[in-house]
Amino acid sequence: MNFKMLSVVSAVALAMPTLGAAGPDDDTLIINEEIEVVTKAEPAEHLDGALYEVISGWHFRNDDTQAIEMDDFDNPGMLGVENAMATWNTAEGSAGKSCADCHGDAAESMKGVKATYPKYDEKAGTVMTVQMKVNECRTERMGAEAWKYDAGPAIDMEAMIGSQSRGMQMNVAIDGPAKPFWEKGKEIYYTRYGQLELSCASCHEQNYGNMIRADHLSQGQTNGFPTYRLKNAKLNGAHSRFKGCIRDTRAETFSPGSDEFIALELYVASRGNGLGVETPSVRN
Amino acid sequence: MKLTTLTFAAAMVAGTAMAEGVVAPQDVVMSEYGEVATSLTGKPGDPERGFEVYSKRSLGNCVACHEISTLDVAWPGNVGPMLDGAADRWSEAELRGIVVNSKKTFEGTVMPAYYRVDGFIRPGNAYTGKAADDSFGPLLTAEQVEDVIAFLSTLKE
Ligand code: HEC
Ligand code: HEC
Repeated sequence: MNFKMLSVVSAVALAMPTLGAAGPDDDTLIINEEIEVVTKAEPAEHLDGALYEVISGWHFRNDDTQAIEMDDFDNPGMLGVENAMATWNTAEGSAGKSCADCHGDAAESMKGVKATYPKYDEKAGTVMTVQMKVNECRTERMGAEAWKYDAGPAIDMEAMIGSQSRGMQMNVAIDGPAKPFWEKGKEIYYTRYGQLELSCASCHEQNYGNMIRADHLSQGQTNGFPTYRLKNAKLNGAHSRFKGCIRDTRAETFSPGSDEFIALELYVASRGNGLGVETPSVRN
Repeated sequence: MKLTTLTFAAAMVAGTAMAEGVVAPQDVVMSEYGEVATSLTGKPGDPERGFEVYSKRSLGNCVACHEISTLDVAWPGNVGPMLDGAADRWSEAELRGIVVNSKKTFEGTVMPAYYRVDGFIRPGNAYTGKAADDSFGPLLTAEQVEDVIAFLSTLKE
């Protein structure tokens, strides 16, 4: 992709004396010295000029945190991926089937999934997230119980599936039947919730690169989710992150798996179209 | 939405929490330009306690967004402007208006309104993520607003 364009951009950035310590840095993300990840991209047209460059949250973390994500042996999120790989191959539920029985090698069959989700689903008549699709297989094809949204096994599986798309660029569809869901997500993104009256945009569009106390604000992109956070030492789902961010505005938040967060996930993912998948990313 | 809860909360604030001579949030008189001319408590604030309001996370947490170069507070943010010399730029009435409800002075600003109790979307019960209940009140008390105003008034260059 935009490799040329990217090097031009970083050359320009280097030449600009105004980029202080507060901005995103200019490092390059290559995982396992092998997978090149696009971490700065040209904004999609539907962003309507809201961002002049789309930037991964990786650029807003310090060198130590960045390095952890660059090597699977160091990345604790890979333990969740391994757990899920074992689950993938294990039969569960009344039908006595495993994921592998239907989908074979995840490295083949799950490649590209994260890059296009959330996605409108014809059969369900709604936008579905990866976790919802996994639960559909569990309840309808395996005779197993649905996993609780963003709980351990669901997050591990989402991370494993996501990791098969590493380096591919996010490209979620927002047109056709997905449009009303995207519109709803956009409205939520710009709503100033809570007693502090802050929207996602207040922090992640207007103020990325700035410090809110000790926190270096990123653009709040989801290309690295589920993400391993050093702070709580586990893999975290995008909906749980949304919930925390809205709670921090002193608002009554929404729940993981809610219609609001499904729509918001689609919208936020679309803001990151063009960024490479990093799952499982590492953040503080 | 939770309109009933809110009105109830406002009534509680007005009904029970206000000491004598204290202006309730919904009774604050703000000029067209966002100034609040008179003290909310009828008394001057205490600048030292005002510094606490400014710097403590559990109080005003102004340092989340502001820095004052002469003050040593760990990890000040920079979402808002430096407050050095704020009292040279703004009168006391203007500063009070900015703390009470900065949206009247700076349209659309991200700075929260510290002495207002209505008009919020999905107001919560502090940082619990749950809906506001009848304990809902302004971010700062009238005394705390006056204290932080007294503190801001010392910021002269
Ligand atoms: C009060 C400020 C604030 C608001 C409002 C806010 N966030 Fe955040 N958000 C943060 C901080 C601080 C972080 C951690 C540092 C970072 O990555 O930006 C964060 C992180 C994130 C991340 C993780 C990014 C990564 O690379 O791992 C996502 C995604 C996110 N926010 C989305 C949202 C969405 C969606 C909303 C609105 C529903 C929102 N945020 C509202 C402060 C905020
Ligand atoms: C979430 C961020 C945020 C918080 C918290 C915050 N402010 Fe602000 N403040 C701002 C921004 C942004 C501006 C600039 C107005 C604008 O253009 O939006 C501002 C402007 C001001 C100004 C005028 C500055 C000048 O000299 O022009 C004062 C005074 C002020 N704030 C005081 C405070 C006090 C006191 C507190 C805490 C009780 C506080 N602020 C909390 C973001 C914040």
